[in-house]
Amino acid sequence: MRLLAALSGGVDSAVAAALALEAGHDVTGVHLALSSSPATLRTGARGCCSKEDARDASRVADLLGIPFYVWDLADRFRADVIDDFVGEYAAGRTPNPCLRCNEKIKFTAVLDRALALGFDAVVTGHHARLHEGALRRSADAAKDQSYVLAVLTPQQLARTVLPLGDLTKAGVRAAAAARGLPVAGKPDSHDVCFIADGDTAGFLRERLGAQPGPVVDAATGAVVGGHDGAYAYTVGQRRGLALTVPSPDGRPRYVLSVEPGSRTVTVGPGEALDVWTVRARRPLWLVPRPHPLACEVQLRAHGAVHACEVHEEDGAWRLELATAARGVAPGQAAVLYDGERVLASATTG
Amino acid sequence: MAYLDHAASTPMLPEAVATVTAALTAALSAAGNASSLHAGGRQARRVVEESREQLAAALGARPSEVVFTGSGTESDNLAVKGIWWARRAADPRRTRILASAVEHHAVLDAVEWLASHEGATVDWLEVDDQGRLHPDVLREAIERDPSDVALVTVMWANNEVGSVQPVRRLADLAHEFELPFHSDAVQAVGQLPVDVDACGVDALTLTGHKFGGPLGVGALVLGRDVDCTPLLHGGGQERDVRSGTLDTPAVAGLAVAAALAVRRQPALHARLSGLRDDLVRRVQRAVPDAVLNGATAPHRLPGNAHFSFPGCEGDSLLLLLDARGVEVSTGSACSAGVARPSHVLLAMGADEDTARSSLRFSLGHTSTLADVDALLDALPAVVERARRAALPALRR
Repeated sequence: MRLLAALSGGVDSAVAAALALEAGHDVTGVHLALSSSPATLRTGARGCCSKEDARDASRVADLLGIPFYVWDLADRFRADVIDDFVGEYAAGRTPNPCLRCNEKIKFTAVLDRALALGFDAVVTGHHARLHEGALRRSADAAKDQSYVLAVLTPQQLARTVLPLGDLTKAGVRAAAAARGLPVAGKPDSHDVCFIADGDTAGFLRERLGAQPGPVVDAATGAVVGGHDGAYAYTVGQRRGLALTVPSPDGRPRYVLSVEPGSRTVTVGPGEALDVWTVRARRPLWLVPRPHPLACEVQLRAHGAVHACEVHEEDGAWRLELATAARGVAPGQAAVLYDGERVLASATTG
Repeated sequence: MAYLDHAASTPMLPEAVATVTAALTAALSAAGNASSLHAGGRQARRVVEESREQLAAALGARPSEVVFTGSGTESDNLAVKGIWWARRAADPRRTRILASAVEHHAVLDAVEWLASHEGATVDWLEVDDQGRLHPDVLREAIERDPSDVALVTVMWANNEVGSVQPVRRLADLAHEFELPFHSDAVQAVGQLPVDVDACGVDALTLTGHKFGGPLGVGALVLGRDVDCTPLLHGGGQERDVRSGTLDTPAVAGLAVAAALAVRRQPALHARLSGLRDDLVRRVQRAVPDAVLNGATAPHRLPGNAHFSFPGCEGDSLLLLLDARGVEVSTGSACSAGVARPSHVLLAMGADEDTARSSLRFSLGHTSTLADVDALLDALPAVVERARRAALPALRR
């Protein structure tokens, strides 16, 4: 096959491209320039598109002996990922930008362009197994990324090659070292790539401005503090609450809900976060829909898995969980699994 | 493989390779720093000075006017910043730079840097839709206040669209007001007649790898009476304007290549013009809506053809041609390799989509009809495919 390998400059995508090449495919590398003002050098584990990363990606392509190009997707990334991220927070939801980037950038903008240019599929360094349309968890449970790929349609998955599914992260690093790839020891990426200093609240405040409002206790209705913007809070959050009134029972309080209209952040005890019923909209099935369905659901990246029953009502889901989920923020993906296999995804809230 | 990117770098002339190789081989047995006082130093110095004379002769300059540098970029920076600093030092009011809007980034970014860090003011001189600067535009800009102008810089020929500027008339105009005039002639040497004495420029940039010399060596031809503050301080080499031990083999290769390129320039001009005209005709026949950008002969580099392909993205065209063994350029790239809409095309009045849909084909001394044939074999299918790739997915 003619494959287009997305090379981030990291070790995973480098090994994925190498394995695709060794499997006999005709591979071309592209680095996605997602920032319109890239930093010159990488800083720690954050940022995914510094010039240093572009150089690392190009060095990998050199060593593999494959053509290499840089595609400028900064405008699309800003519109589809960053603006969406800010807009979701402004609406009181908690988005997952990596998932959005997969959905809109890597497997829509890039895949569409690749297919139009004559490639058969894209190859990426995601940790998940994909075989004959079946998306499964990675062999490395700690690095599994099937959750952030569950938003892809069967058509997108049919044009995707994920060579790393059977490898652990350590195995990927060993494979890189064995091939002399210079990125073998590069640190993993964490956090949101476009917020270089990791200060999400500051990033949002810069774009949304200060929107002061009350922090209200769920039990008493009393105002127990204030904030500069409800968007900086996420359901389940405990840290960063500047409460002026101690809780009656002296136990920690958590964000229970965020209401952007009235700028109200409601707090309460941890157990008030427990939910047994989760609603999710815009379902996307990767398998013929079984009915009725008992399976498992994961509600955030690297989050716990809950046995559940899925009830579909008016094109949306009502999930009845067997064990309580703590702090389900609206805007996250609810991904259904049957053991290792991804069945479907939808958006909570 | 068809190489149509000579404006980026052209293959070295065999004579230049032989010269560089001989000088490097000599270095196996004899160390030679051209600044040393012993026999080895004298030998190196002799090579450098003979190269200086050879280069000066080729360009109608005096040997004492040749300042060897490491690149065209360095020469541009030295001319723009060095002359600006010296002029301001002599008269603090002289901080204004007049530069064409289509300069190479080596000039453009040096000017922008002076503006953002040193308090320079800049007039970007408008060009017409063929990328040419009219002397009246320069005159008007000077006459707004001749007493605050530090320097004028206008390239000889544009690296993207190949438009040739009326350098002689622009230089005369600058001199009418006693203003120093710099020209980046990186694309011109070897493709056009370049005579420093005849055109009267005060500073002229050239670089070896555009006319068959080695990479990593350039020169600034700097008039003897032109004050220029150095960028590099140190041992005082090159008239104190550019300190640093010279790369003797590279300097020798540069001079040999320049001498040959200049001697062969008339014949090359005739041959490349014919080849280029053939390429242009055939591209227009194969892709009827392709738009040729830039000026018409004689105001165009003989090896340059620059097209916009409506509905295509330049980097798609480049990728598809590359996969078929045809090497071309979109004309401009930033350090991360990201294609940005060209400031040259925007200055010529193109919109961003047109600017992004463009490709440069540039011919040089090794170009043959087979290269043009290879391009035309690939181009129709490539344009068709790139056009589909630029459409929203649903409409393909």
